[in-house]
Amino acid sequence: MRLNPRISQKIAKTVIWFAAIVVLVLLFSIIIYILSKGIPNITWQFLTEIPSDMGRSGGILSCIVGTLSVTLVATVVATPLGVGTAFYLTEYTHESIVTKIIRFSAESLAGIPSIVYGLFGFIFFVIYLKLGWSILSGGLTLAMMILPTIIRTSEEAIHTVHPMYREVSFSLGGTKWQTMIKILIPSALPGIATGIILGIGRCVAETAAVILTAGSALQMPVSIFSPARTMAVHFYILARESISLEKAFATAALLIILILIINIGANILVNRFVAKSH
Amino acid sequence: MKKPLKRPIFTRAKVVFVLIFSIFLLIFLTGCMRNSSGVILAGSTSVQPFAEVLSEEYMVLHHGVTIDVQGGGSAAGILAAQSGTADIGMSSRSLAGDETKLWSVEIARDGLAIVINAHNPVVNLTTEQVRDIYSGKIDNWSTLGGSKDQIHVFTREDGSGTRSSFETLVMGKTEINPRTMVEDSNGAIRQLVGDDPDAIGYISLGLVDKTVKAVELNGVVASREHVIDGSYGLSRPFLFMCKNEPTGLTKAFIDFTLSDQGKQILDQQGLITTGITP
Amino acid sequence: MKLKKFGERIPQSLFFLIALSALSALALITIFIFIEGVPLIAKVGFFNFIFGMKWAPSLGQYGIFPMIVGTVLVTVGAVIIGVPIALCCSIFLAEFAPRQLSMLVRPAIQLLAGIPSVVYGFWGLIFIVPAIRNYLGGPGLSILAGSIILAIMILPTVISISEVSILALPPLLKEGAFALGATHWQTIRSVLLPAAKSGILASIILGIGRAVGETMAVIMVLGNAVALPSSILDPARTLTTNIGIEMGYASGEHQQALFATGIVLLVIIMILNASAQYAIRRK
Repeated sequence: MRLNPRISQKIAKTVIWFAAIVVLVLLFSIIIYILSKGIPNITWQFLTEIPSDMGRSGGILSCIVGTLSVTLVATVVATPLGVGTAFYLTEYTHESIVTKIIRFSAESLAGIPSIVYGLFGFIFFVIYLKLGWSILSGGLTLAMMILPTIIRTSEEAIHTVHPMYREVSFSLGGTKWQTMIKILIPSALPGIATGIILGIGRCVAETAAVILTAGSALQMPVSIFSPARTMAVHFYILARESISLEKAFATAALLIILILIINIGANILVNRFVAKSH
Repeated sequence: MKKPLKRPIFTRAKVVFVLIFSIFLLIFLTGCMRNSSGVILAGSTSVQPFAEVLSEEYMVLHHGVTIDVQGGGSAAGILAAQSGTADIGMSSRSLAGDETKLWSVEIARDGLAIVINAHNPVVNLTTEQVRDIYSGKIDNWSTLGGSKDQIHVFTREDGSGTRSSFETLVMGKTEINPRTMVEDSNGAIRQLVGDDPDAIGYISLGLVDKTVKAVELNGVVASREHVIDGSYGLSRPFLFMCKNEPTGLTKAFIDFTLSDQGKQILDQQGLITTGITP
Repeated sequence: MKLKKFGERIPQSLFFLIALSALSALALITIFIFIEGVPLIAKVGFFNFIFGMKWAPSLGQYGIFPMIVGTVLVTVGAVIIGVPIALCCSIFLAEFAPRQLSMLVRPAIQLLAGIPSVVYGFWGLIFIVPAIRNYLGGPGLSILAGSIILAIMILPTVISISEVSILALPPLLKEGAFALGATHWQTIRSVLLPAAKSGILASIILGIGRAVGETMAVIMVLGNAVALPSSILDPARTLTTNIGIEMGYASGEHQQALFATGIVLLVIIMILNASAQYAIRRK
């Protein structure tokens, strides 16, 4: 005998509400747990001193600098390459087997585990190119890691620009280059920026690839050839070796706050993008 | 025949675009011109905490010099010294084969403690018992006079200096059971053994704290005194290695490590420097 | 006119150069990993490498079968635990949740996708591992602990992509079903879900990709033993943790073996991606 549709509707609705509540409670409890344990330990000193005694005392200034500089190198390298490639693929080539292959490889490379990038970066940048454990090695490794994401999101953003824009520009005698600079880039910009911000978020949160390539030195980096420890790596080492749980939680809380800020930035851009394309 | 709608911002976009691209080129060009105003140490995670303390002290005494300490592992330390990626490689095991071609110096000896949970009633184990635990022949604490629970055995990963010392000193020709759990640092093993009443592991003697209990081996308490007088058999050397005979800053730092002041620091941290001569 | 054509050429070749260098950089990774890893597979033998039961680099034995099994078990566990909950949650967000609530929940889920995986691993080490040890037995570091952590980590991916694919359906579908007198749940079950199938499938495959690729969180809770597990309470090692845990210590042949492990991972991810794209395209 089949269930009465109204009863099955009730059951299904209850199950779905229940599952959603479980997910929300679980996820929020993780965030709140980390924040509540961490935020009380975030002091002015914590933000402005470099770690001492392996991170047991002092702050995490050098790790903040490490995170920012590794991320900056990665973004500066990956953005022109990624956006440029996206423009080349959309504007200068015709859909063909070749572009399909390129798209498929970008898609697949976006899914490669970060540890594989770390493995590559360690042997290629650190050992083979003799860049050592450095901000540069870490940044370049991360740049390769976020490159596929940037190519894909930029391509999508360029595709969503209404074809009319392009046609109008051409009909007014604009060249391809003029059209690109004056029409395509400005209209696709929010979408492109979202991709870049997503990449930045990935760089900030990454551990496996960075620990092998940027190293884990606690000193304040002085140039892009200095080794550096990022906040995520610092958290991993503090927590895993139980060096100092207070500092570990404070670092994690700071990371979550940083990622929250990055996400808010991305959301604002997405909303603008959506508003514009409609 | 040209110039549809022109807004000045677009030319700026062009400039930024070119600028970013040239920064990216610059990074690659400067890649080969790596400066070296400091000393980089890399290698064994067992030596790392002690080297960090040494470097902190050294940098207080010598302003303007940076000493960066990296983890990575003994094998990575040897590789880094061979390739020159690091000025000084650190190892927590004796060198073998090709590796002996490196310039090396023993900076201290370290005891290897067999640790169990602080609440475990077992006090003493023989070398045979430890070997049988790790080979899987003994798998229950009741055989050893403890609880009726299964033993949770932790070891270090293949390639670790601590593990290879343990294999030489305790296991002999017997293999470690593949079911043994593997963790990649002393600190992680200490934390896990401290949490789990049925766990056993081995770590640096200098890292034993109140969360874990170092068992007596064949009736001998694991202590610095017993390592020095030779009655406690588990100890291994901590080595610094260089590609060639060290000079300049590197030599100054090694000299500092081997000086009375350096030895005093290492002694305070729980290592054994008796019998070490510069 | 000629000048203009020339001016057009420069950007074109510039973009060509950029695209070329980006793509060759990406090709470099793949080629490099194959060059480093293939010699070892050739030396050990493909069959011995993939199906070898024993991993003992210091003895020159490289068999990764226990790790393949570990990867599969942990991932399957994560899918079994995570996907049903995630699907319910995405149906909730797309169909049931009040507007304000979903406006709040969506960015929160996005935030969770961005949290460093090590934070999840540490959380698992503090809560999940002791709970398993105390209530279910064993060392706590286990396949079950890894699956739970990965299930939590794939939630955001699966939820957001399948929600989008449900929301992207034409409203006509739903209206039609309602007009035929179907209840809300009947509509979801027999109209919306089948219509959004390809997107949901893709979200699950991408979630699997994330689970297979995760390293640091899994290192912390899995125990990393290199033996075939006999129950879900046993420790295990995945392909990624094998690289993560031994990379710093490996040299020579051992290092090549880790690259070879990387090749296996690459192939798995390629297959997953190809099937995800196939699933998406079928719509």
